[in-house]
Amino acid sequence: MLRRLHEEQPTSFSFTSENKAWADSQIKKYPAGREASAIIPLLWRAQEQEGWLTRPAIEYVADLLGMAYMRALEVATFYFMFHLKPVGNIAHIQVCGTLSCMLCGAEDLISVCKDKIAPNPHQLSEDGKFSWEEVECLGACSNAPMAQIGKDYFEDLTKESIGQIIDNLSAGRVPAPGPQDGRFASEPKNGLTSLMEHESGRTKFNGSVQMAEDLKDTIKRINGTETKLVTPWLKSSDRTTSQVKMKKPKTLKFPKKSVPEDLSKISGLGGKAKIALNSLGIYHVSQISNWETNEIYWVHSNLSGSLSLNKLKSFVEQAKKLQTNKDG
Amino acid sequence: MLTDRDRIFTNIYGMHDRTLRGAIARGHWDNTKSILVKGRDWIVEQMKASGLRGRGGAGFPTGLKWSFMPIESDGRPSYLVINADESEPGTCKDREIMRHDPHTLIEGCLIASFAMGANCCYIYIRGEYIREKETLQRAIDEAYDAGLVGKNACKSGWDFDIFLHHGAGAYICGEETALIESLEGKKGMPRMKPPFPAGAGLYGCPTTVNNVESIAVVPTILRRGADWFSSFGRPNNSGTKLFAISGHVNNPCVVEEAMSISFQELIDKHCGGVRGGWKNLKAVIPGGSSVPCVRGEDMKDAIMDFDYLRSDLGSGLGTAAVIVMDNSVDVIKAIWRLSKFYKHESCGQCTPCREGTGWIMRVMERLVHGNAEKDEIDMLFDVTKQVEGHTICALGDAAAWPIQGLIRNFRDEIEERILNRDIAIGSKPLAAE
Repeated sequence: MLRRLHEEQPTSFSFTSENKAWADSQIKKYPAGREASAIIPLLWRAQEQEGWLTRPAIEYVADLLGMAYMRALEVATFYFMFHLKPVGNIAHIQVCGTLSCMLCGAEDLISVCKDKIAPNPHQLSEDGKFSWEEVECLGACSNAPMAQIGKDYFEDLTKESIGQIIDNLSAGRVPAPGPQDGRFASEPKNGLTSLMEHESGRTKFNGSVQMAEDLKDTIKRINGTETKLVTPWLKSSDRTTSQVKMKKPKTLKFPKKSVPEDLSKISGLGGKAKIALNSLGIYHVSQISNWETNEIYWVHSNLSGSLSLNKLKSFVEQAKKLQTNKDG
Repeated sequence: MLTDRDRIFTNIYGMHDRTLRGAIARGHWDNTKSILVKGRDWIVEQMKASGLRGRGGAGFPTGLKWSFMPIESDGRPSYLVINADESEPGTCKDREIMRHDPHTLIEGCLIASFAMGANCCYIYIRGEYIREKETLQRAIDEAYDAGLVGKNACKSGWDFDIFLHHGAGAYICGEETALIESLEGKKGMPRMKPPFPAGAGLYGCPTTVNNVESIAVVPTILRRGADWFSSFGRPNNSGTKLFAISGHVNNPCVVEEAMSISFQELIDKHCGGVRGGWKNLKAVIPGGSSVPCVRGEDMKDAIMDFDYLRSDLGSGLGTAAVIVMDNSVDVIKAIWRLSKFYKHESCGQCTPCREGTGWIMRVMERLVHGNAEKDEIDMLFDVTKQVEGHTICALGDAAAWPIQGLIRNFRDEIEERILNRDIAIGSKPLAAE
């Protein structure tokens, strides 16, 4: 599906200081040199802060992670949870329309959205408060039909209940999420058929609803002050046990004298491997001959393992020989 | 019949204490160190002996998968990655584990990581599961605080870090190599295999990707013994399993049952029977959207396990996500909805899938209205056969199978609809003279 950036964009974006602190801690979940791994969580937080994902936000996140803008754009346009244009300022309602929900009445829910919000998905309601879309399976099939509103799932819906939820939200009230027909979670609604032996009195809400009730942030723009930042991974280890010691070898933006060397002098180094190495900024036998073990790991890792470690090691051996012959 | 004593997920509905204290009271994290001191080999052997097959859909033996990981590191670290990108239509079991019984998963991650020589585990949860992400992170924080994970986890001497990561709404990221790509910060497009993840996966390092349920059952299996686990279900299909039943039953639910339970028992016991009675059963998709649908009358005597559903009914257990359809359902439209799903979720990397899923959906759309010719049914079948097996990942296959199941089982209905349309527009006589 074609997904483009919105034609009207704000001029700038930056994280709130709390969101920035959160982002910095998330980046540290991944090995050094692998900061790009954090892109989805960071883009998501940017969207939570702004309501939708703007171009300045995508570029801001790319800068934080040291990524080319294009790589970040690729991610933003690939994943459907990123809203690339403004959504309703109170809520964007995502009705699950896939099979189990369809069997249980999702089409009715969608017709309510069309009536109450706008005739087309992604179209803002006249007052700008709401927008809606049909999404693919949200993974709450035993509680079908359901919809996600903000951070929460509203389950076991009917035409009437979704209508009431929209009315409530419009009036500034946020109803408790979870099953709307009195069910607790995904147990049979007529009563337990298993785990009776463990019955020990119930908590008031299931896990998801309790979290929503604790945080009260179902449709809130997230600025990072909602929860205390907890980062056990920062103190627990010296971060070397789980991560290989990789070192980036010397790479070149362009080959020396603008002419890449014919790397196929090295046996086993075919056209594909040559292109891959060039893409990392490796153009000359002399570069390869200098690799140390941890640099070989870096190359291996950055080629997603398409060249085996042994092969890379043999390249270095050969490159060394070629260099000595040349120098001698 | 499974008794509560033999259920692994004793808080799957989240009605009881969901904190670490509650988990410990239910028997989790009980002297985990004593399991780890038995060593890697013992753990892998026990897992093989238990007969556990992966719970993410493909049913690959879990212990065997772990044994592919390198015994000694060549300098690269190993990784365990948990596939919590639960998005197969019909499937909603891992969500219940993560929000209600999360410590089963976290303890399983420690043991499994240890067994494959990984000091680091990433859990990749689907982006929409926002509350589940928050509750699971809270449980991970508790485990760190209690010294159960982190440096010298459970005082075993093993250092173990566990990180929660999330996606952003792409079904394809449930495919293991697409998941790895996504975790590296790229578009979720599957990689060619080989190299297999156990050789070069996350960051080019040896990696095993396991489903949430496969890992969450590990601690209990090792505590109670491989024999206990394999005593449930038929040979080669052993264990207990979370079933997620949705659609036209009286009480849809998620429930843990013994493998190889009969379909009728599962539905009658836990779901209050089929809506409108068993005579009203039209079709069942027994294992999530990717497996072919089965006619209701064939399901009555069905045994819910990998082998029976595959060899006797030409379908599959998949993720044990059972979608039940009664006679009010337009089954052609139901399968059309699935083809719409696959069209939406194709990553676009391979031509047969990128083009095929859209083409299939458009033909299905016409079949819903009977707006087609009879020989187009065979053409549709033929196209699905051409998509199947010709793509990097199994999404192409998954898009093809529901259609094939429909044509195999409900051809009469498709033809009837075409005939009715012809009668309606008067282009064909009522019956052949």
